[in-house]
Amino acid sequence: MLRVDNIHTFYGKIEALKGISIEVNEGEIVTLIGANGAGKSTTLKTISGQLHPLHGTIEFLGETISGMPSHNVTAKQVIQVPEGRRIFPQMTVRENLDMGAFLRTDKDGVAEDMKKVLELFPRLRERLSQKGGTLSGGEQQMLAIARGMMASPKLLMLDEPSMGLAPVIVDVIFETIKRLNEAGITILLVEQNAAMALQTAHRGYVLETGSIALQGSGAELLRNEQVRKTYLGEV
Amino acid sequence: MSHPDFSDCRVLIDPAPPRCHASHITDGALVSVEFGIIGQQLVNGLTLGGMYALLALGYTLVYGILLMINFAHAEMFMFGAYVGLFTLQGLAQIEFFTSSGPALLLLYLLTFLIAMVATGILGVIIERFAYRPLRHAPRLAPLISAIGVSLFLQNAALLWISSRSIPFPVLFEVRTFRVAGANISSMQILIIVTTIVLMLILDTFVSRTRLGRAMRATSQDRDAAGLMGVDINRVIALTFFIGPALGGAAGIFSGMYYGNIKYNMGFIPGIKSFTAAVIGGIGNLRGAMLGGFLLGLLESLAAAYISTGYKDVIAFGILIVVLIFKPGGLLGESVTEKV
Repeated sequence: MLRVDNIHTFYGKIEALKGISIEVNEGEIVTLIGANGAGKSTTLKTISGQLHPLHGTIEFLGETISGMPSHNVTAKQVIQVPEGRRIFPQMTVRENLDMGAFLRTDKDGVAEDMKKVLELFPRLRERLSQKGGTLSGGEQQMLAIARGMMASPKLLMLDEPSMGLAPVIVDVIFETIKRLNEAGITILLVEQNAAMALQTAHRGYVLETGSIALQGSGAELLRNEQVRKTYLGEV
Repeated sequence: MSHPDFSDCRVLIDPAPPRCHASHITDGALVSVEFGIIGQQLVNGLTLGGMYALLALGYTLVYGILLMINFAHAEMFMFGAYVGLFTLQGLAQIEFFTSSGPALLLLYLLTFLIAMVATGILGVIIERFAYRPLRHAPRLAPLISAIGVSLFLQNAALLWISSRSIPFPVLFEVRTFRVAGANISSMQILIIVTTIVLMLILDTFVSRTRLGRAMRATSQDRDAAGLMGVDINRVIALTFFIGPALGGAAGIFSGMYYGNIKYNMGFIPGIKSFTAAVIGGIGNLRGAMLGGFLLGLLESLAAAYISTGYKDVIAFGILIVVLIFKPGGLLGESVTEKV
């Protein structure tokens, strides 16, 4: 479904991605794990068109999307839920959700999706007319995911959804990710919480300083000694 | 060389005595004289404030989206006035437009429409060539570029049109109404009402329409708006259309109100309107409207009760006081911490 082929992305002169190749098949949950600065978020931003690779190509459903501005990538229903939630603080929860459906013209479908995401996150229904900036961190993350869902994604990319959240909420978020996947949405997940991510994902890639160090199924990576030492904190 | 200064009390082509000083000839009682002055200055202040507010909206719109102060915005005021004048003169050649009341109304509507669209297009062109290439440059660069554009436009008007004031004709009869000791001209009513209508249209557009929502989203978080599918460049271009269009309308009002226009007419109102935007809370649309009217009223009242010479001192003194106690401006939102 998504094929990232040997991309190199630069921040100015710094080469943040040194030839990353990943693949996501339809129906999968794929995770990218790695330390701070390994290039996980950069990979997502390059896919979503916020950054452009200097070399390499990105194909989605056989179509090249590398080099497209982010609004055109969104139009392909490749949706990124950005790191740090990035909800619109002065807009109400409802307006935030409407922004998620910004490019959609099928009013009935949007109304139906609105109903679905509010069933998925009943907390948001209670806060529909509250400003986004007044929500708690967990609620904001739910809103960010719900807003992504409103775009009717074919591929949903989540950047650090568990960051800064209480453990109880982290469980809710990962549970939600599984449910969304079971409902047929393909997911690319970037996480620092490697244990949770690998337990949830079908496959994973381990990034180290802009390159892929390891790859395999979630279970394989969980068993891998290097992964256990570096990312799962075992001695 | 005289700047057209908004808060002067000037006679238009109406035969009534100068508005500000009209009150001392009011019938009898001192109370009525006092009220006359206040009422007069309130109307004058609202007229002036309406122009400030229209111009202030352009500063605040652009700041809200690009966090940049568009110093060339004052020139939109001047450009709008010139296009308005030439359009008015051109269309007035056609006999039909001066043949009846409704036709005259149509003439003015067309004048405003053409001048606003032309100024809006100028704004879009300026953004495209003077600011967009500097979007990722340090923040000082587009600021300098804006000052350059401002100087360029002023000098272009000076060179290609005239270095002197040009009279701005008024093609309809300006009537003066006497309300509670104050003289209110139909011109003032026209300016105040049209200003408020334009603001209501803008407010509705921004809060209710899909594109307006895209503008708000872009101003709150540009990258996130892009991820929602908003074409950021289009939103920025739209912003640079709307702001200058409103500023251009304010320029025509100024020409109609004061009876003449000049190549550097934007400078003082530009600084004042920027002040108004800051008082209201820069980036906040309703703040710019409030700040504009407030500044106009304060200036007019200060001119009447203290001294015309002190009106700017008062106005900017108030800016300082507002900023000391509410650094974000009157309606400015407290800065939300981003984690």
